[in-house]
Amino acid sequence: MNSTQHDMAFPPPGTPTAVLRRHFPSLVVWALLLAMPYWMGAVGGYTELASRVVIMGLAAMALNFLLGFTGVLSFGHAAYFGLGAYGVAMTIKYLAPSTPLGLLVGLATGTAAAMVIGGLIRKLRGVYFAMVTIAFGQVFYFVVFRWNNVTGGDDGLTGWRRVPLHLGFANVPLEASDKAFYYFALAIFAACVGAMALILRSPFGRTLVAIRENERRARFLGIPVEQHIWLSFVISALFASVAGGLYALLNNFVDPRALRWDMSGNFVIMAVLGGMRSFWGPLIGAAIFVVLQDYVSSQTENWMSFVGAFFVLVVLFFPRGVMGLLRRRVPR
Amino acid sequence: MSQLILFNVFNGLIVGAFYALMALGLSLILNLSGVINFAHGGFLALGAYIAYTLMPFTGFWGALVVAPVLTAIIGLIVERILIRPLYGRDPLYSLLLTFGLAYVLEDVARAIWGAQSVPFPIPEMLTTPLSKEFFFLTGYRIFMVVLVAGAVAALFLILNRTRLGMRIRAGTSDLETVSTLGVNVRILRNLNFGLGIYLAGLAGVLAAGMLGLEPTIGTSLIMPSFVAIIVGGLGSLPGTLLGGLLIGVASGVTTVFFPSATEAVIYVMMGLVLLIRPRGLLGEEGRLT
Amino acid sequence: MSNFDPLQRKISRRRLIQAAAATALTGPYVITARGEQPVKMGLDNPLTGTYAALGKNELAGCEYGVEQINKAGGILGRPVQLIVEDSTSGDAGTAVQKARKLIDRDGVEFLLGNINSALALAIADVANEKGKILMVTGGHTDAVTGKTCHWDVFRICNTTQMEANAVAPSLVKNAGKKWYYITPDYAFGHTLQAGLEKAGAKLGVTKIGADLTPLGTTDYSSYLIKAQAANPDVLILLVQGNDMVNCLKQAVQFGLDKKLHIAGAQQELEPLEGLPPEARIGTWVVEWYWNQPGVAGVKEFVEGIKKKTGRVPTARTWFGFASVWACALGANNAKSLDALKIAKALQNYKLPPHVACMPDAPYFRANQNQLIPNLYVGHAQAHGPAGPDDLFHVDEVVKGADIAGTLEESECKMTWPTA
Repeated sequence: MNSTQHDMAFPPPGTPTAVLRRHFPSLVVWALLLAMPYWMGAVGGYTELASRVVIMGLAAMALNFLLGFTGVLSFGHAAYFGLGAYGVAMTIKYLAPSTPLGLLVGLATGTAAAMVIGGLIRKLRGVYFAMVTIAFGQVFYFVVFRWNNVTGGDDGLTGWRRVPLHLGFANVPLEASDKAFYYFALAIFAACVGAMALILRSPFGRTLVAIRENERRARFLGIPVEQHIWLSFVISALFASVAGGLYALLNNFVDPRALRWDMSGNFVIMAVLGGMRSFWGPLIGAAIFVVLQDYVSSQTENWMSFVGAFFVLVVLFFPRGVMGLLRRRVPR
Repeated sequence: MSQLILFNVFNGLIVGAFYALMALGLSLILNLSGVINFAHGGFLALGAYIAYTLMPFTGFWGALVVAPVLTAIIGLIVERILIRPLYGRDPLYSLLLTFGLAYVLEDVARAIWGAQSVPFPIPEMLTTPLSKEFFFLTGYRIFMVVLVAGAVAALFLILNRTRLGMRIRAGTSDLETVSTLGVNVRILRNLNFGLGIYLAGLAGVLAAGMLGLEPTIGTSLIMPSFVAIIVGGLGSLPGTLLGGLLIGVASGVTTVFFPSATEAVIYVMMGLVLLIRPRGLLGEEGRLT
Repeated sequence: MSNFDPLQRKISRRRLIQAAAATALTGPYVITARGEQPVKMGLDNPLTGTYAALGKNELAGCEYGVEQINKAGGILGRPVQLIVEDSTSGDAGTAVQKARKLIDRDGVEFLLGNINSALALAIADVANEKGKILMVTGGHTDAVTGKTCHWDVFRICNTTQMEANAVAPSLVKNAGKKWYYITPDYAFGHTLQAGLEKAGAKLGVTKIGADLTPLGTTDYSSYLIKAQAANPDVLILLVQGNDMVNCLKQAVQFGLDKKLHIAGAQQELEPLEGLPPEARIGTWVVEWYWNQPGVAGVKEFVEGIKKKTGRVPTARTWFGFASVWACALGANNAKSLDALKIAKALQNYKLPPHVACMPDAPYFRANQNQLIPNLYVGHAQAHGPAGPDDLFHVDEVVKGADIAGTLEESECKMTWPTA
C-alpha cells in the first residue's frame, strides 16, 4: 500500500512545516466547510444545499470506510442510512421530542440491523457480496414501504419537526435557522469523521487495509478476516445511519426512498467520483454529485441523461476519482 | 381457498417464466464477464419500444423477430464502446457504468417516445382467455411461456452444442485458460453480451403485450431478476431458471395470505437460501468470490 | 414522437416568459421600474417516473396560463416567470428539497404542485413553514384541504371524497352493490377507497374485499385472481397513471370485463390513450373534459393548448392552467403579493369563465381553500364521435356544491395567522 494515499489519515511525524504541509488538504477542507453557508450563495447554492453536501458526504465517507479501506463493496448502505432516518423521525414523533435521543435511536437501529446482516454475509465476496447487500437492503425498504400504520408507508413520515437543541447553557434553534442546523450537522460530521480517522490509524484500521490489499496473505498471518470485515461493515453502517438521521432532520421528513437501492448506488458513485482510495475523496464526490444533480435537474427535464452520462464518463475516464486525478497531477 | 392457491401457483409459474427470461440474460453476462448489468431493464424497454415502432410496418410477428435482434445490435455496440474498457477492473466500475447507462436509456426512451404509455396491440388470436375456469391462462400468456421455454431450450442448445456456446461455458469456468488456448476472448465476450441483451429485448417485446409500455417498464423487473440469480445460484443457468420460477410462485402465493409482503417475500426467500445454502440452490461450489 | 410535443424539444426549463411590451402598455396596470422584476411561480411537479405524462400536461397548462396572464398584464403590472423543478414521481424527499430551493434561492412568491398526494402533503408543510401560497394542482387526498389544511394551501383538483360522492350513485346504478377494491398503497388510494366506502354505505353497498398495491406495480395478475375469486359485482380500480394502464389491460386480457363490471372513481384521458381500444371500458368520473360544446372559455382553451402541444388538453392541463390563473387573480385582487392578503382575497372567490372552462362558476370554499368545481361522470369509450381524442363519454355533469359535503365534514379547522 502506498503511504501517500492516506496522508490525511496517517500523518507521518516530521518537522512542523512538514506536518503543516501534510495537513494542508485537511485544513483547506475544514476551512471550506466552516465557511460553506457564506460562499454557497455566491456560487448559486443555498444553505440547505450546503447541509445536504455535508450529510451526503458523511454517508459516502461511511461507505468508503468499507469500500475504500476494507475493499468490500456494499450496494445496500441506503438501508442503514434510511433506518437511521426513520429512527430519528419515529423517536421525535412517537417517543420524545429530542434531537440527540432521536439520533441515538437511529444510530442504534441502523447498527443493530447491520450487525445481523453483516453476520449473515461476511463470508461472501466481490460481486456476490454486492448483490446480496442490495437484496437485504430491499427487504428493509419493503418493510418500511408496506408497514403503513407505523412508518407512514409510501407517503413518508410527516407530522414531526426537528426540535431545538438544549445544551444546558444554550438553546440551538435548529428548527428556525438553516445556518444553525448546518453547523449542528457539521459538528456531528466532524465527530464522525474524526472517529473514522482515528479507527483507520489504529492497528485495527491498518489490518483492514491489509485485508484489502491481500486477503489471502492476511489470512496466513492469522488475522480473523471474517470478523474484521464484519466489524468494518458494522462501523461503516453506524456512520451511515448517523448521516441518515441528519438527512431526516434536514428535510423534516422521511420516506422509504431513503432506503432504496438507487440511493445506495448514489453513495457508491460519490465515493468513486471523489476517489475511494482517499480519506476526503467521498466528501468531494458527494459535493460534486449533490450540486450537479441539483443544478442539472433545474436546468432540464432530461437531467437523468446528464447524470447517467456523467456516471459513465467518470467510470471510463476518471476511475480514480478527483483525488486520484489531483495526485497524478501533483506528484509529491 | 385451495383453488385460489392453485391458481396463484400456475400464475406464479407464468410470471416466473418471464422473470427467468430476463434473469437468464443477466446471468449470461454476469457469468462470463463479471458485469452486473443494471441497464438490463433499460434494454428491455428499448426492445419493447423498437417493436412498437416497427409494428406498423412489420406487424406483431415481424416486430417480435426483428426488435430483439436490433436491441442485441445496440447491445453489441454498447459493449464494444463502454463495457470493454472495464474488463479486468474491479466489478464495481461496470456496475456503476451500467447504473448510469440505465438512467440514460430511460431518459432517451422518454425523449423519443414520450412519458405517456403507448398502446401496444397484440394479435387477436392471442387476446382471448383459453378457458372460462382458468381465466388467467390467456392465449398471450401461454404463448409467452412457450416462447420462454423455446428461448431457454435454444439457449441451452447453443451453449451445449455450438462452438460459441462451449467457449462461453469454458470461459465462465476459466477464462484465462480459454484465452491461452487461442480463443479471442474479446469477441467471445462481445457476442455473449449481445446474446444477453437479445434476451432482454425479447423479454421487452413480451412485456409490452402484457404491461403498459412506458419508459420505466424495465426498472421494476430488474430487482426480482437479481434475486432469481442469487436464489438459483451464481454461475448456473438452470439455477437461474429455477430461481425465476420459484420467486414467481412465492410472490403469487403470498398475495393470497399476506398481500403486503408480496414484494418482500422474494428477498426473505433469498435470505433463507443464503443462510442454508450460501451458493444458491444449484450454484457450483467455490463461486462465491 | 417528439415532433408532436414541442415541450420536449426545449432545452431550458427555466425561462422568462416576458410580457410583450405592447400588451403590457395597454394592460390595466401602469408599468413602473419595478415592473421589470418578474413575479416568480415555482412548479414542483413530476417530470420523470410514473407520473411524468400527467406532470408534463400540468406543465403545459401552467406555461399556457402564464402566457395568457402576461398578455393580460401580468401580476400587479409585473411579468410572471415560471420556474420548473422535477419533483420525481414518488420521492417526497426530493420534492421537499426542491420546494425549499424554489422558495429560498429562487424567491418564488407562489408554489405549485404536486400530482402525487403524498408529495403534495409534504410540500404543503414546507409552504406553510415559509408562509408562501401553495396552489396544489393535482394531488387529491382529502387531508390537503382537510385534516392538515393550512391557510396558505389551496387546491384546484377535487378531494377524493368529492370524486367518490360524485361517482358512487352511477356505479350502483350501472354496475352493482358488491364492490372489490384494488387500491394504490399511498395517501390518495387510502382516502379514495375510504371515500367510496363512505359514499357506498349510504347506497347499500357492501365491500367484498380490497387489496393495496404499491405505486408502480407492473403485474396485477395475482390480485386479479384474488378479486375474481371473491365474486364481486364490481371491480373498483383506484390505481392511477401507468398503474391504471397495467391493471386495466391485464383485467381485460383475463376477460374479467365479461364476468363482472370493471369501474372505478378517478379516470383520466392520459391512461385511456395508453390503453388498447378494447380496454377502454367502465364507469368513472373525470374532473374536466375537453369536449364540452357551448361552454364559455372551453373552445379558446382547447385551441390554445392544441396550438402549443398538438394535443387536446386533459384535466391535468386544465389544473395547471387554472392554478397559475388562480394565483395571479388572487394577487391582483389583493393588490399585493403578501401571502395572507392573497389568501384572504381568494376566500369564496369565483373563477371567471375564461379560467373556469366549465359551467356553474367553481369557487374556493372559504376556510377550506378547496375549489368546488363540477365533475363529469360517464364511461370510457373505444372510439368517440368527436375524433381520436374523444375517449370518454360524459353521461352527467355533477354540480360540485351538491357533493362537496359540509365544511365540518371536510375536517378542516383553519387557523389563520394573527398578524
